[in-house]
Amino acid sequence: MNFFHFLWQNHEQVLELTLEHLWLVGISTLLAVLVGIPLGILSAHRPFWNKPVLGTANIIQTIPSLALFGFLLPVPWLGDRADRLAILALTLYALLPVIRNTYTGIRGVDPAVVEAGRGMGLTGSQLLLQVELPLALSVILSGVRVAVVVSVGLATIAAAIGAGGLGEFIFRGLAMVNNQLILAGAIPAAVLALSADFGLGWLERRLRPQ
Amino acid sequence: MLRCPWLVNSGMLGERALPGRGLSEQVWIWNQVLANNPVIEFRDVAYVLPNGRQLLTGLNLQVQSGETLVLLGRSGSGKTTTLKLVNRLLIPTGGEVRVNGMSAAESDVIRLRRSIGYVIQDVGLFPHFTVERNIGLVPRIEGWPAERIHRRVEELLQMVGLDPQMASRYPHQLSGGQRQRVGVARALAADPAILLMDEPFGALDALTRDQLQREFLALQQRLNKTVVFVTHDLREALRIGSRIALMEAGRLLTVLSPEDFLRSSEPLAAAYVRAFRDGLDSATNRGAS
Repeated sequence: MNFFHFLWQNHEQVLELTLEHLWLVGISTLLAVLVGIPLGILSAHRPFWNKPVLGTANIIQTIPSLALFGFLLPVPWLGDRADRLAILALTLYALLPVIRNTYTGIRGVDPAVVEAGRGMGLTGSQLLLQVELPLALSVILSGVRVAVVVSVGLATIAAAIGAGGLGEFIFRGLAMVNNQLILAGAIPAAVLALSADFGLGWLERRLRPQ
Repeated sequence: MLRCPWLVNSGMLGERALPGRGLSEQVWIWNQVLANNPVIEFRDVAYVLPNGRQLLTGLNLQVQSGETLVLLGRSGSGKTTTLKLVNRLLIPTGGEVRVNGMSAAESDVIRLRRSIGYVIQDVGLFPHFTVERNIGLVPRIEGWPAERIHRRVEELLQMVGLDPQMASRYPHQLSGGQRQRVGVARALAADPAILLMDEPFGALDALTRDQLQREFLALQQRLNKTVVFVTHDLREALRIGSRIALMEAGRLLTVLSPEDFLRSSEPLAAAYVRAFRDGLDSATNRGAS
């Protein structure tokens, strides 16, 4: 078939763009986890911060992705390189599921367990690191999983601002009205999304407390 | 002669309070102090929720070393609130709670809690820890060497009547009675002098409860802890309490020995006794007719 023939002929470029795609998704997810989990913990422990934090993350989510890329373009240091910009935008989108699931996971820990821990004299950080986070882990991970799957799809749009990734094939295919080119971007992206979903789903089930 | 060896072990009062004295001398002095002092003392304690609801009013109560004081009352009478004031899960809005002669408000809350065992109805075992890690948690965060923790866990499992092989199980693999035994073992892990128990046997079936009560009595005879025990069950209160403190609507009505409780003319106490006797009588009568 023509399509596979095309993939084979361009396998070096397909590989390169796939790796670029993974880089965009990987770094942005990592950043979202580093920022989102502490924010989720904060909003679970301090009810005052709950609404502002989740509200902001919600609002960011409603900005159309192409518009967000456009908004960020004139920002000095960021706008210098398209991949920086794309990573920031993807990070912002990934924040909501990570924050929300961290919040839900920690609030969902059995109150009796938390009370027993406090009554036994665990300090706040011991309670967080040894009890709350381990018990919330599978819920947090399912948030990360949603974030990754959404990011893989969104990252194709990053090609619109020249950040690379599998979106390049898609945009080029659209411009040239070449279905093979579009599929060469779309199919590997779909495979990436599905395997991330499957892999993280498996990990999540393994970590779920009985 | 070491009436209160935990005082020295815990480091709460001993060395810090009396620097430059020999160990035995310190123990002697503290025994003198404690001979007349209650282990736990409530002085005119009140607890009011931020929304203005009065959960506890004018509570004056003393718990002596080695006794089992039962807080008896209906739900909402303030029993659990009283208990949580001792290990500062709640902070009184009025008056003062003193533990080991020190105001609970002034002592280091983490040290205070680690020197008090706490058992609750829902047990609250950590579901992601094995039985061994659950029991050994306080010793571990207190920095005991692994070997000593291991020995202590084995000793405790035996003490609460569980097979040492249970150590590697997870809480969801245990029955309700076994879980509560682990809960008691965990509370005893660092050998606290005070034990707070909030309806520990409330969620168990009657036979298991009966057995655990019996074992608790035997254990208490051996360990001689100062216990505050919350229950709404008169039968349990009579069985395990050295004294029964009857509470209603945030107030302490009276404190009586089990024998005096049965003879008491205090209306609520009498109502409790009547309800208790009626249960037995009606069964007997039905059997007779």
